[in-house]
Amino acid sequence: MAGKLEGKVAFITGAARGQGRSHAIRLAQEGADIIAVDICAQIGSVPYPMSTPDDLAETVKEVEALDRRIFARQADVRDEAGLRAAFEAGVAELGPVDIVLANAGIAPLSLHETHDAWQDVIDVNLTGVFNTVETAIPSMIERGQGGAIVLTSSTAGINGIGGPTRGGLGYTAAKHGVVGLMRSYANNLAPHSIRVNSVHPTGVNTPMVVNEAMQEFLESDPSLSNAMANALPVPMVEPVDISNAIAWLVSDDARYVTGITVPVDAGFTNKK
Amino acid sequence: MAGRVEGKVAFITGAARGQGRSHAIRLAQEGADIIAVDLCRQVDSVPYPMSTPQDLAQTVKEVEALDRRIVASQADVRDYGALKAALDAGVAELGRLDIVSANAGISSVGRADELPEETWQDMIDTNLTGVWHAAKAAIPHLKAGGRGGSIILTSSAAGLMAMENIAHYVSAKHGVVGLMRTLALELAPDSIRVNSLHPTMVNTPMIMNEPTYQLFRPDLENPTIDDAGPAFLTLNALPIKWVEPVDISNALLFLASDEARYITGVTLPIDAGCVIK
Repeated sequence: MAGKLEGKVAFITGAARGQGRSHAIRLAQEGADIIAVDICAQIGSVPYPMSTPDDLAETVKEVEALDRRIFARQADVRDEAGLRAAFEAGVAELGPVDIVLANAGIAPLSLHETHDAWQDVIDVNLTGVFNTVETAIPSMIERGQGGAIVLTSSTAGINGIGGPTRGGLGYTAAKHGVVGLMRSYANNLAPHSIRVNSVHPTGVNTPMVVNEAMQEFLESDPSLSNAMANALPVPMVEPVDISNAIAWLVSDDARYVTGITVPVDAGFTNKK
Repeated sequence: MAGRVEGKVAFITGAARGQGRSHAIRLAQEGADIIAVDLCRQVDSVPYPMSTPQDLAQTVKEVEALDRRIVASQADVRDYGALKAALDAGVAELGRLDIVSANAGISSVGRADELPEETWQDMIDTNLTGVWHAAKAAIPHLKAGGRGGSIILTSSAAGLMAMENIAHYVSAKHGVVGLMRTLALELAPDSIRVNSLHPTMVNTPMIMNEPTYQLFRPDLENPTIDDAGPAFLTLNALPIKWVEPVDISNALLFLASDEARYITGVTLPIDAGCVIK
């Protein structure tokens, strides 16, 4: 049986591990080829180990094991020129992009945060999303074949959670900002049949959430961890749950879905 | 390859034609058996022909052609006792219940200060109370199964935004959102998920009729779809006039499947950008 995304090319940021790697694998299972970028380096205010070149190599290996093509390159979503160079090299190798997943994100939530936490999270989680979409859309519009863009927001893009720290406030502000970008892009790009939607995960079982710094941060303030309890009886969801929602959104099964927020949150936002 | 809802049983109201029939077929294609109910007769305040027993028979035929089982009966979602009896009989025959599509709905037109009281009441009874009845009848079966479940309530883009000349429809469809959100909370401990669908104009007999065209072209005496189509187009952000029933069915299938195992309490527009435009 042909996959739902046979012959398509997807551009995915933050693809070295976590949700991004899961998206690359899930879309490849449906027949897509992948242009994968990731910073594969540390950012000062981030209190957990970020991705490595080895992580990105593992994503390459897993996509190739599915007999799909993947072009992978280290690039920082904050660096427009670097991101564009990676995108263009990927398109040169795999062909024009149909799908864009602006997934790269950081969570600088720490009891010992640095002053840079606010600016870093705004730069990566909001400006990085903007840079990603801006990099991809001229070629999508010019090609005239439509397309699908999914921006990764968060339950913190819907509710005022994340606590009073510079990093927590920045995270919530950036993830809310992503919704504004999504809605504007959806309106602006609809005449070109390019659809734009956002996904809003609750806690996901990835290195960004499951790490010592995050555990220490949540344990320091019981009201914060209580506030993060889901409605469904599950502590967190798996990366593949977000990937499944995205696989639906970018497929022709959702050909008339645009401008919507899709929580994959075990009922978290509805509980507020 | 196993279907995405293989071995599950789905209860669908308003299954004789339109979106309901499409849902029955789409779920059956992916391996589900179907309990189908529909009124199959007219409601006086509804200005277009409603479904018939022949329509329901056609749904039965199309599901059986897919080699799935279907138990179909005429029942009115406004009559809780009759609806419960139809569902109970279906579960007795098919053995379980996993998925609920509270889809049955009607449409009629009039400004809020001019709507006859009967028109208002028929709308609330069918499009809001009827949805609650379907959920109320189904919840004991879902809980008894002990496997969780997925309830999908059909609202509308008009469940998320104002639209002139259909205050009763807008009110009922907004009410469905409140019901969905509360059910999602109440049923989460049992891993029963509850979400709502919000279509824009869909290519079904409820929309493709002269009274609906008239709503968009009050200047014409006998407007056709060619007259109303350009007005439908202005509702949507995407450059399309309407969506097809299968587009709603594909969203329903996603929500019904394990691919959406942690999605609950969500309003899901399939609206070509109507709400954000």
